[in-house]
Amino acid sequence: MEYLLQMINISKTFGEVQSLCNVNFEVGYNEVVGLLGDNGAGKSTLVKIITGYHRPDPGGQIFWKGQPVDVMTVAKARELGIEVVYQERALADQQSLWRNIFMGRELCNRFGVLDVEGMRRETARLMQRHMGFTSKAVTPDSTVKTMSGGERQGVAIVRALYFQAELIILDEPTMGLSLSETRKALDFVNGIKEAGKSAIFIDHNIFHVYPVADRIVVLDRGQVKGQFLKDQITLDDLIAKLQHVAQTGRLD
Amino acid sequence: MNTVSEIEKRPSDPLLAMVKARLSQFLRRYAMQIGIVLVGVIIWLLFLIGSPRTFLSFPIYAAYMSTTPFFALMALPLTLVIITGEIDLSFPSIMAFGMTVYALVLVATGSHILAFIACLTAGLAAGLINGAIIVHIGIPSLVATIGTQFFWRGVVLVITGGNGTGLTSAIGGVLHTGLVGRVFGLIPAQMIWTIIVAIVVWFFLNRHRFGAHIYLSGDNVESARLMGVNVPRVKMLVFAIMGVAAAFAGVVVSLEVLYFWPTLGEGYLLSTLSSVFLGGTSVFGGTGTVFGTLVASFIIGAINAGIVAAGLTGFWTQLIYGLIIVMSVSLQTVLSRRLR
Repeated sequence: MEYLLQMINISKTFGEVQSLCNVNFEVGYNEVVGLLGDNGAGKSTLVKIITGYHRPDPGGQIFWKGQPVDVMTVAKARELGIEVVYQERALADQQSLWRNIFMGRELCNRFGVLDVEGMRRETARLMQRHMGFTSKAVTPDSTVKTMSGGERQGVAIVRALYFQAELIILDEPTMGLSLSETRKALDFVNGIKEAGKSAIFIDHNIFHVYPVADRIVVLDRGQVKGQFLKDQITLDDLIAKLQHVAQTGRLD
Repeated sequence: MNTVSEIEKRPSDPLLAMVKARLSQFLRRYAMQIGIVLVGVIIWLLFLIGSPRTFLSFPIYAAYMSTTPFFALMALPLTLVIITGEIDLSFPSIMAFGMTVYALVLVATGSHILAFIACLTAGLAAGLINGAIIVHIGIPSLVATIGTQFFWRGVVLVITGGNGTGLTSAIGGVLHTGLVGRVFGLIPAQMIWTIIVAIVVWFFLNRHRFGAHIYLSGDNVESARLMGVNVPRVKMLVFAIMGVAAAFAGVVVSLEVLYFWPTLGEGYLLSTLSSVFLGGTSVFGGTGTVFGTLVASFIIGAINAGIVAAGLTGFWTQLIYGLIIVMSVSLQTVLSRRLR
């Protein structure tokens, strides 16, 4: 079976600390994978290898759509369509929504003259179709600082979708959000699925991951301790298993 | 009373509701600009009431159009620098440095055109040096440009030995007519240049990728970088533009008075900076408008001319400057908080 992203036998050592140990990890086409694990389990190391920020130890292999990727770099990852949604950090607060959506990738002609109307129109379309902004008070010209945390997360996710990201990595997208805002952010993750794209959803809150993920991968102490298809496990069973892993380091 | 508030809450006519929504949107978006224009109009009305004879005749406006461009020409590009979250305090010295190069080339070749080109090039170089120190060495622009401000002034004084250069030979030449001549015998050419510079700067800031990156770099450096904006290049460019503009303004001032004083530029620092801040540009970067700066520089210019014309002594000038700047900037801050 071909995956969108397949990582085989990935290890990563920092000095004497082995942060990942022979990890096999894959993301299918149009699949939302929840990556669960405690602090220090290796979640962010794994993600940084995917985005080309860290190089894995020799012996590991990475495949993208069945093709081997020799060296994954940040530029290479972007080119392939791997996009990370950074919480809050990637928005410019005082700028309008359309300037944020097209940040760094403005629509313009050969001479760099902006197509402002085009960007406003696209933003309005994205707002209606993907962001669920129906209120007349929010327009493409509204500044981002007027929006709630969940809405900002939505802007960042929609931006990634618009620029044809194939795989969107959400690094703790619900951190610091209120209940209703979390709800909204999770809706956007569902939007990724509906748009036919894939996502890796990293969180340590199982109640956020479970409802939106197709498959849940449990990482602990640098190893994949288990994988569950959501339709094969109930939330309660999963919680019990996670507690067991946290205490003993083993799944059963 | 009850019925009135109910009607306001639920406008029965959808067209009226739409117009209302549009209007409030417009007010929100342009609150700063509308505010600064109002301040300008109020000050003008006060002067008009104070001395109607002066302010209903043309000469005061001619005087005003000839001197305001001296710093408006620099306040416009300085707006770009401040939107990126940086500051430049060295431009008064760069004015003088550019003119020193001008004087040297003029004496050597006798050509005002060549001298002008050399002067702009010197301004560009000084701006690029500012940019390099700030971007590549990483010194905060406030500190770096205090340093280069002293440095360029020192260079000027060492080269000129404190002596000025007469520029009367420029009279009748293309450069003099083009930069400080009187269009139709009435309007100072530097006024036209100020309008042109304002339009060009507005275009690049609002309708060009460069301007988009200026806003983003000033608003959130980290996100701009994550999204692929070349922040160092943006900053280098704004300082380079500032350097060229300072040199250009130096030529305009010197040709207007037909003499280059080595102290050229002293006295323009605060009026230029206050034009930018009065115009609504935030010292924290990320926001600001060219229109605001343009209107504000004319307010600053008007206060000087108006106070004397209104019969107050020149001693009042600074007091009223201070009042207007503090009050308008406070007003803007309160407004922008309320309109959030």
